[in-house]
Amino acid sequence: MAKRIDVKDLNVYYGAFKAVEDVTMTVEPRSVTAFIGPSGCGKSTFLRTLNRMHEVVPGGRVEGHVMLDDQDLYSPKVDPVAVRRTVGMVFQRPNPFPTMSIFDNVAAGLRLNGLRDKKRLAERVETSLRGAHLWNEVKDRLDKPGAGLSGGQQQRLCIARAIAVRPSVLLMDEPCSALDPISTQAIEDLIGTLKSDYTIVIVTHNMQQAARVSDRTAFFNLAATGRPGRLVEMDDTQKIFSNPTQRATEDYISGRFG
Amino acid sequence: MSGTTGAAPTARRDPFGGGPSDPQGTRKTGRLGDRLFGGAARGAGLLVIAIVVLVGVFLLSRAVPALLDNRANFLTSTEWSVGGESQRFGIATMLWVTVASSVVAMVIAVPLGVSVALFITQYAPTWLARPAAGLVQLLAAVPSIVFGIWGAYVVGPYFEPVQNLLNSVLGWTPLFSDTTVSGSSTILFAGVVLAIMVLPIVTAMSGEIFAQTPTTHREGALALGATKWEMIRTTVLPFGKPGVISAAMLGLGRALGETVAVMIILSALADGTAWSWSLLNGGETFASKIANGAPEFTTPLQTGAYIAAGLVLFVLTFVVNAIARVVINRRKAFTE
Amino acid sequence: MTIVDTGMDTAVQETRDGSARRRLTSGLGPKAAGRRVRDELARVVMWLAFLVALVPLVWILGSVLVKGGHMLFESTWFTHSQRNITSSDVGGGAIHAIQGTLIQGAATALMAVPIGVFTAIYLVEYGRGALARAVSFMVDILTGVPSIVAALFIYAVWVTTFGFQRVGFAVALSLVLLMVPVVVRSTEEMLKLVPNELREASYALGVPKWKTIARIVIPTAFSGIVTGVLLGLARIMGETAPLLILGPYTKNIATNLFSGNMATLPTMINQDRVEALQPALDRVWGAALTLILLILLLNVVGRIIARFGAVRT
Repeated sequence: MAKRIDVKDLNVYYGAFKAVEDVTMTVEPRSVTAFIGPSGCGKSTFLRTLNRMHEVVPGGRVEGHVMLDDQDLYSPKVDPVAVRRTVGMVFQRPNPFPTMSIFDNVAAGLRLNGLRDKKRLAERVETSLRGAHLWNEVKDRLDKPGAGLSGGQQQRLCIARAIAVRPSVLLMDEPCSALDPISTQAIEDLIGTLKSDYTIVIVTHNMQQAARVSDRTAFFNLAATGRPGRLVEMDDTQKIFSNPTQRATEDYISGRFG
Repeated sequence: MSGTTGAAPTARRDPFGGGPSDPQGTRKTGRLGDRLFGGAARGAGLLVIAIVVLVGVFLLSRAVPALLDNRANFLTSTEWSVGGESQRFGIATMLWVTVASSVVAMVIAVPLGVSVALFITQYAPTWLARPAAGLVQLLAAVPSIVFGIWGAYVVGPYFEPVQNLLNSVLGWTPLFSDTTVSGSSTILFAGVVLAIMVLPIVTAMSGEIFAQTPTTHREGALALGATKWEMIRTTVLPFGKPGVISAAMLGLGRALGETVAVMIILSALADGTAWSWSLLNGGETFASKIANGAPEFTTPLQTGAYIAAGLVLFVLTFVVNAIARVVINRRKAFTE
Repeated sequence: MTIVDTGMDTAVQETRDGSARRRLTSGLGPKAAGRRVRDELARVVMWLAFLVALVPLVWILGSVLVKGGHMLFESTWFTHSQRNITSSDVGGGAIHAIQGTLIQGAATALMAVPIGVFTAIYLVEYGRGALARAVSFMVDILTGVPSIVAALFIYAVWVTTFGFQRVGFAVALSLVLLMVPVVVRSTEEMLKLVPNELREASYALGVPKWKTIARIVIPTAFSGIVTGVLLGLARIMGETAPLLILGPYTKNIATNLFSGNMATLPTMINQDRVEALQPALDRVWGAALTLILLILLLNVVGRIIARFGAVRT
């Protein structure tokens, strides 16, 4: 069910402002692709165009194409709501629904998309929680509020919630930046397992994390403040971190700026 | 893992379209739902616009024929004789009584409310601040008709000596000169009761903004060796000034439109009573005139006269409320 | 050096106004007497202001309790109407008026809550540009409309234009005008408190916007919305002006909103207050107390819900 993403000549705008310019890349299925780059370089913005979440912000629009296998996400016939069901997303800060229990949080996407069958719901919740390495910690308190979990557990709950609707792709926007090192470790382990089923794209500020979890790495940068962000270089992670082609990439990775 | 159960693989071929290939089949209902829900929200907004426009249109359409038929000057006449062959009505007396009673209310309620707000936000011990604010807000839970009967039947007799004193000491000024009205059915007393009624509004709104004074300002003043009062005068009050102004304006808007309490307290004057500037006089405000006149709403023209008065009240409160909003919005533009 | 300079300047000024040369002696010593006195005076004034503000509250609640308290313990107060009871008779109850107030309040809420909540949803979740600004402006206008004007408007429509009778439903219509802005503003506040992250989380699960609002946003803000509704209800239940114009009193139990007179607590007060006879005056204060208790109850319940169900983030 994992799918390949092909991005071609993509420009992202917020109103008149061009946030990201001319990105072309391929994201391989069943692999982890990391986006790195300095703050404001457009990597998160670009990530959000992969499931059309940028449209939630007024004025957000794109030019160009994003192909999911052979489906163009921006074809006029495509319903953005359906796109998001296929391309799931995990956010920077864990955001479980505060009014819902742990069970209901995981089941939320299924229920809101119309699945009513109790038995199937329970099955899917369990598989998803197991898939998110959270089942053993919460199986005895599924009816407790999701907000009562620790930050790291909440983030894994959000991952469980995202994979419960069975997406083909999982986008992660700095999923560990609000977490402590131990929780971060747990999420990174989880990413390692999830990649056998999903196409995973992760935005991270932490270069060690990119080096640890990803197979491919894309480096984004902007030429100057106020200019749109660009994709500078994308390659195997090992190559990017050992022998990048571009000078800017090397400077960034070796900590000379950013 | 999660990819092994559930919908058949064929169901995933065209995941973005609707119809049978949509695993949960919700796309269509989703879109319809969005249209209905968004439409309902938009419709409610449009309904609110329509209501306000209708209020204006209806009141105008009822008032204009009566105004055209009016034999007296609507703005300057002190007469009010409606019904019968020819109507003669003007709002001069009502305007004076309305404004005078509301101004009396403001003169009392603003300083008092601001002081109480300062007490709650700056002086009250922590354990007292919340209950104190709650107590003052309790006044807002008292319906205006209860203020009316309490004022007229309970407080009035105690207020009479105060009025008599004012009359004997300041009777030489037009504001406190002798009138034909006896007891406490006066503009002054109506103003006092109105002051109590708007006190919660003034206190709550100015307290809200006093509490927002940045700690850095306050500490800065204290660090310069200011006493608490000097700190308040140099930081809290200037910072809260727009809040106080709009609190006063909202209170004023409320006082101008208050009906029942004023109606119960004020004694209406007989037709042809001589004009007086005295606050110890009786009279009717726009609102109490309309309420008192309800039994006279017989013919459209007669009703129209009252509706014309209502329109003036509407415009008056609108202007006052608009000032309040402009002041507070300008402050918001500054702080955000 | 500047410090000395300023000191000199101050010295000149202080001497000129002749008030207190002593001030300059301060250093780390005690504050100058004048400043200290003013500071103390301010403190006393603020405390006094608070105590003065309490006087009417205590007085009004005290009066109502003393004069009307015993009525609530009459065995018939909550069970009987005033049918066949003249102003010189003791007895009867207020159930007809309590019922009328509750029925009209419920009818008002039934109309005002959907309008108000959906308007707030429009303003927070959908509205942008000129239309949203217009709606917001109109809500502001509605907030300032005096109740008597709202009543006049309904009278002009309901009675003058359509020629209908003055019935409970007409009262409810005019109360809707007063309740809608309260509900809009409080719901708006609550919806704004719901973090955007929750909306995004829901969108990212492929949930359509309307379901996101209906199943995620509104449940999160629910208790706040309920509080706003109860406070709005508390405001309109005490309104009397529309009743004077649109809702004639009756001593009998009446439950039909669309025909006949219907009693309410405010009109019961207004009816009996002009009587000179003690039984009627007792009923005035009894009804006043009942009305205050009803409104307080709504306030208290509203605040409890607000306290224990605040928007969790």
